[in-house]
Amino acid sequence: MINEIFLMNGYGIYVWSAFSFTLMSFGSLFFITKLQFLKERRKFVQKFGLLNGEAIRVAKSQKINKQILEGVLSSKI
Amino acid sequence: MFNSLEPNKIFAITSRAPKYVLFLFVIVFSIGLTEALFLSPEDYKQSHSVRIMYVHVPSAWISLGIFSIIAFLSILSFIFKNKNFPLISKSLAPSGFVFNIIALVTGAIWGKPTWGTWWAWDARITSMLILALFYSMYLLSWKIFKNDEKAVKISSIIAILGVINVPIIKFSVNWWSTLHQSSSVKILSTTTIHTSMLIPLAIMTAAFTLFSILIFLMKYNTELIKIKNKGLDRL
Repeated sequence: MINEIFLMNGYGIYVWSAFSFTLMSFGSLFFITKLQFLKERRKFVQKFGLLNGEAIRVAKSQKINKQILEGVLSSKI
Repeated sequence: MFNSLEPNKIFAITSRAPKYVLFLFVIVFSIGLTEALFLSPEDYKQSHSVRIMYVHVPSAWISLGIFSIIAFLSILSFIFKNKNFPLISKSLAPSGFVFNIIALVTGAIWGKPTWGTWWAWDARITSMLILALFYSMYLLSWKIFKNDEKAVKISSIIAILGVINVPIIKFSVNWWSTLHQSSSVKILSTTTIHTSMLIPLAIMTAAFTLFSILIFLMKYNTELIKIKNKGLDRL
């Protein structure tokens, strides 16, 4: 049974390598995209922290900025 | 006209959606893999090698679909000067490119036991390789041109030129006598593939579509934050 699943009448090497390549590509693309997202968000938080006075008031007035910061808080939980 | 598509308005949705899409993808992909690898029958001619179809065909479909969407949005961005369309196109391109590569590589792996060769300069395969080149040029244009307006213009031209290749890919198997088989799944006429194989193929296509949506959302959110980072610099 196990042999049949892995060997697949001699085609196992082709089938498993095609599926493995697909899975590896999915994994790599997901982690690279995730890393890019986290890097940009970290940069945003750092820049936001450096703002002062009027600049912080203007930045906070934008809804999307609040949503990005909320995302940071909720992802830490 | 496209006000409801403004990034500021849809960020609330796009920032929350990835976790739900990921959850759905894991479920659909697990079912798809079980069907494709263990439950679906082997082919009477190709035996178990037919299982490669469940990753090869959806990848090819999605890479073609994504490139067509990119080209369509590029035309729209030229006409309406909408700034969100290039952003959507840019976020779609990485998954389209990866699916294109998966289609080429799994096609080569499938080709060895079926045709006896990893590669042939066949019309379908060659036109898919040309699509990969257009994807590469499209992605590179965003990296090379730092000026956003120039990048939008160049990448849009690449997408519009590249979309000419899409019908060539689709009809290459009818126009030329090729090594690659003609389509078994047809929209306008009877599908020549049995239900026992069509169902896993449909499930895997759904899973791959969910994955491309997931990557698109993550990339789109990254691009929006990048724009906001530039906005903070100006404050």
